[in-house]
Amino acid sequence: MLHSSKAARKPNKKNLNEWMWGWFFIAPTMIGLLILNIIPIFQTLYLSLFQSGDFGRGDIFVGFDNYIRMFNDPQVWHAVRNTLVYTLLVIPISIAISLVIAVLLNEKIRGRTIYRTIFFLPMVAAPAAVTMVWRWMYNNQFGFFNYLLRSVGLESVDWINSPNVALISIAIIGIWSIIGYNVVLMLAGLQEIPKDYYEASMIDGASSIYQLFKITIPLLSPTLFFITVTTIIQSMQVFDFIYMMVDVTSPAYNSTVSLVYLFYNNSFRYSNRGYGSAIVMLLLVIIMIITVFQMKAQKKWVNYK
Amino acid sequence: MDKKSKSINKILLHSFLILGSVIMIFPFVWMLLTSFKSVTESTSMNPFVFFPSEWRFENYVEVIRQNNFFVLYYNTLAMMFFRVLFAIMFSAMAAFAFARLKFPGRDFCFGLVLFQMMVPPQIFIIPQYLMIDAMNMRNTIFALVFPGLVSAFGTFLLRQFFMGLPKELEEAAIIDGANYGQIFLRVMLPLVKSGMIALGIFTALFSFKDLMWPIIVNPNENAAVLSSALARMQGAYSVHYPQLMAGAVLAIWPMLLVYLLFQRNFIEGISTSGGKL
Repeated sequence: MLHSSKAARKPNKKNLNEWMWGWFFIAPTMIGLLILNIIPIFQTLYLSLFQSGDFGRGDIFVGFDNYIRMFNDPQVWHAVRNTLVYTLLVIPISIAISLVIAVLLNEKIRGRTIYRTIFFLPMVAAPAAVTMVWRWMYNNQFGFFNYLLRSVGLESVDWINSPNVALISIAIIGIWSIIGYNVVLMLAGLQEIPKDYYEASMIDGASSIYQLFKITIPLLSPTLFFITVTTIIQSMQVFDFIYMMVDVTSPAYNSTVSLVYLFYNNSFRYSNRGYGSAIVMLLLVIIMIITVFQMKAQKKWVNYK
Repeated sequence: MDKKSKSINKILLHSFLILGSVIMIFPFVWMLLTSFKSVTESTSMNPFVFFPSEWRFENYVEVIRQNNFFVLYYNTLAMMFFRVLFAIMFSAMAAFAFARLKFPGRDFCFGLVLFQMMVPPQIFIIPQYLMIDAMNMRNTIFALVFPGLVSAFGTFLLRQFFMGLPKELEEAAIIDGANYGQIFLRVMLPLVKSGMIALGIFTALFSFKDLMWPIIVNPNENAAVLSSALARMQGAYSVHYPQLMAGAVLAIWPMLLVYLLFQRNFIEGISTSGGKL
């Protein structure tokens, strides 16, 4: 063990034994990963150079035609914009609301666990079921929200089919669903902040707002960074809420379709796997670009101990 | 702060949290209330009906008559069970090797695990679908489990747990003459139980919520899972909301119940796995 780097080059019986066990243990995962994930990445890349033949006819090699078509397809640009807008709506709002709730729940108050249980509830419900009931509450004629609006004398809103509103309606479902998850992670992070920081600043006469911005947020920044990264990646892949809420025929389709929904429609509804593959490659590139930016930004504002 | 302003603060705090709780719960309550209404009650605007005039179970009866919920529960449960089983089994093995053993190719292979986690999973879907299709396995439980046979996320997560264990453990076991298989099973595995529970909950929850893959590989009614069946129901009777809501209630109650019973495990599982990443 002590001379492992040297020993790794010159196998003796003991090392060989360790190697064999190592390879044996990772074999199922690595074989699975290769077949299910690594090869498919290249296959998707390869498929994106073909146009799928209709009904069993073979695929035709078209080179970069799918990509050229994609850059000239207004629907793809709608999807890019919708996906980014959705992400930009969900991230700041969900994180701000979750932070307030988490800070309040971090106080010694009665019923903490009950509140936490309730806020986490949407996380355990299937998005298909959840979107159904939101769609019903959003219903133009009979929905609960429009009843509320009308009963206070306001105009009703076409939550589902208005091109200007539908994406916001979907983002509301996304925010509502993710708050509990964020709160749980933030509470775990808040627990690690030493109490004396707050006590010391109280003696100095700091207000709670000052404490929030000068103590809580900087010390919680690793958790906030983790939540931001995972939420961005998840939001960039939004599908379920939109699939359940907006049909292809809806007037709001162009203003709500996300990249993944467009990928699904092209690959499986219209059976054009080549074009679908090109769309998912675009998603990959966008997510990679965002990840690089995040890693750069991380150095600026995340405060690791 | 004096006592009076402290208690005013408390009241403000609770009113805020209660308002938040109501917003979080309301969609579930509305789902349940609507599921007992008649169509007339659900679409009555003047007066607007909050509570059904009687507790009608006919929406449930009808939605169960039209959809074989027994099959849906069975398919969903089977998918979750096998995905959890494979994720825990294979991830624990690989995670142990990555964290505790030295062998050529280890870092490269772990790099592939990390790489998989960074790629959006939709990129795998067309090839995975083509494989299922080529094997003639559409509309089977195997098709539902297929993408979850191995878990890069699980491997990464459990590796973090294995890394936290002291080095002396296997050294002592090796002196006692144990091989690495025995060390893994008898010494290490019991110590990462909390990690395996967290991974199990995570995997179960995510397979339960998965929608796109079941729609793609198992379009047949008898091979559907709860979420894909709901999507079809919405297309089939999109105006009969009380029946749709009855279907939604039937689809979500098992997970809600499990959550309420084991909420401590759920919340710890989520926060430890989030914290370990």
